Amino acid sequence: MNADSQVGDYRTQHTLETFSFLPALTQEEVYEQINYMLAQGLTPAIEHEAAAQAAEHYWPMWKLPFFGETELSNVVNELEACHRAYPEHHVRLIGYDSYTQSQGVCFVVYRAKSW
Amino acid sequence: MAKKYDAGVKEYRDLYWAPDYVPLDTDLLACFKVTQQEGVPREEAAAAVAAESSTGTWSTVWSELLTDMEFYKGRAYRIEDVPGDKESFYTFIAYPLDLFEEGSIVNVLTSLVGNVFGFKALRYLRLEDIRFPIAFVKTCMGPPSGIQVERDKLNKYGRPMLGATIKPKLGLSAKNYGRAVYECLRGGLDLTKDDENVNSQPFMRWQNRFEFVAEAVRKAQAETGETKGHYLNVTANTPEDMYERAEFAKELGQPIIMHDFLTGGFTANAGLAKWCRKNGMLLHIHRAMHAVIDRNPKHGIHFRVLAKCLRLSGGDHLHTGTVVGKLEGDRASTLGFVDLLRESFIPEDRSRGIFFDQDWGSMPGVFAVASGGIHVWHMPALVSIFGDDSILQFGGGTQGHPWGNAAGAAANRVALEACVKARNEGRELEREARDIMEGAARHSPELAIAMETWKEIKFEFDTVDKLDVA
Repeated sequence: MNADSQVGDYRTQHTLETFSFLPALTQEEVYEQINYMLAQGLTPAIEHEAAAQAAEHYWPMWKLPFFGETELSNVVNELEACHRAYPEHHVRLIGYDSYTQSQGVCFVVYRAKSW
Repeated sequence: MAKKYDAGVKEYRDLYWAPDYVPLDTDLLACFKVTQQEGVPREEAAAAVAAESSTGTWSTVWSELLTDMEFYKGRAYRIEDVPGDKESFYTFIAYPLDLFEEGSIVNVLTSLVGNVFGFKALRYLRLEDIRFPIAFVKTCMGPPSGIQVERDKLNKYGRPMLGATIKPKLGLSAKNYGRAVYECLRGGLDLTKDDENVNSQPFMRWQNRFEFVAEAVRKAQAETGETKGHYLNVTANTPEDMYERAEFAKELGQPIIMHDFLTGGFTANAGLAKWCRKNGMLLHIHRAMHAVIDRNPKHGIHFRVLAKCLRLSGGDHLHTGTVVGKLEGDRASTLGFVDLLRESFIPEDRSRGIFFDQDWGSMPGVFAVASGGIHVWHMPALVSIFGDDSILQFGGGTQGHPWGNAAGAAANRVALEACVKARNEGRELEREARDIMEGAARHSPELAIAMETWKEIKFEFDTVDKLDVA
């Protein structure tokens, strides 16, 4: 008999890439990540999508990337505006890196209600 | 005035020692560590290396006069002491670009590390570094995809990727092997890997493995919503077998395959890299046999040279050692060749073992892979050392978890994300490691158990191949 009460079961999670294995970030923690992005010189951008389409590469952009933006409060206001406009959607924050042509940061800030 | 033919044996230094030579931007430059036999002057030994690795042979021959040897010969142009080592010295050699076939790493290595390594006047010889001129770099294809394309395909941003080699490395049936892959991926790993010695043995033929693994990848992807992959090892005994396996991986819709570039050889590697570019397949490169070549500090080829050769020959990932794990590797030296894999310009920096400026132009970067003997407690150091453009692979550190692969994968993923988050918040990962990890474990029973399981394991052996310092 090898049934061991010490062994736990791992339940598969539907996840959303970076930071989705951590508890939802608090407002303060989100601000810290935005500050990091801005300090790295990355361009903030916001995207949103319904949970059912979340695995696709392209999510609709919220406005345009905020080129030249350096103010935390402006980024936060746009995130909140996007969330108000699409309360049923995931909202993710991206930091575009024009040197590597990649994203230095990308994580979901608001998870869809249905999630 | 035309030269006259003068038969006989000349001293190498008369022709190949050129201390006044100023290297051209198009020259391929090499730095060798030379340990000559007693009584051989340094200049003669250096010139012999230049001669024997380029145009020279032991005796003058008449047909040399049919060409312009001044145009083709390699030149030893500098000699330096090796810090802290009286019996050896460094020599720097410049090779004209036209000595080498365009885009052929095979040709470069056959010339530079061919006969000369058995040369009798030398006790030992080690190739420390090569400066590839941008004119040569532009003739090489390089990584099939590179870091930027791979991130976009796999949708992984702002963090290192997480992987594991499936264990036990030999003996599993294909279906049980696919099970191990599935459990790792559903638990939160991005990638899993065939062990390098898994090819197509009697216990698990390659077609069966590929099919079961493909099902595991597809299912884990559907259930987690994240992009997953498994490095299907296509290393085989013949190029034909290798390509057959690669084609089948593509047919199954798999994103990545793997190859061993040293045991398989550079011809196979370059061919497979071209196939990958053409077929949109990512290419993971393992480095079995490297320590045979690169571990002895006096003889062989330093790994930074093999890493540069691989970036030119083609690969999207390369194993670099972990610095913190059980395997060999000095931190500064490892960071040096990690930069050589990923950056577009790397300046000379002797404190990291880099002997030349290296300009890669538009050559894509290669992910550094840290794999072997690492577990969750190493995570803060690994994130700090390797940064985002790396793949951290925990084999035993995932599958040795008391609850199994999925829980082990989740533990590593939580630890990784906690470390990235803390780094971005400006915290010092290595100094605050315990605090960061314990904080993360409060929300993850899987991580708490992993931390308990591996708390006592340490691997602290001295590095055999250290950087040369006084």
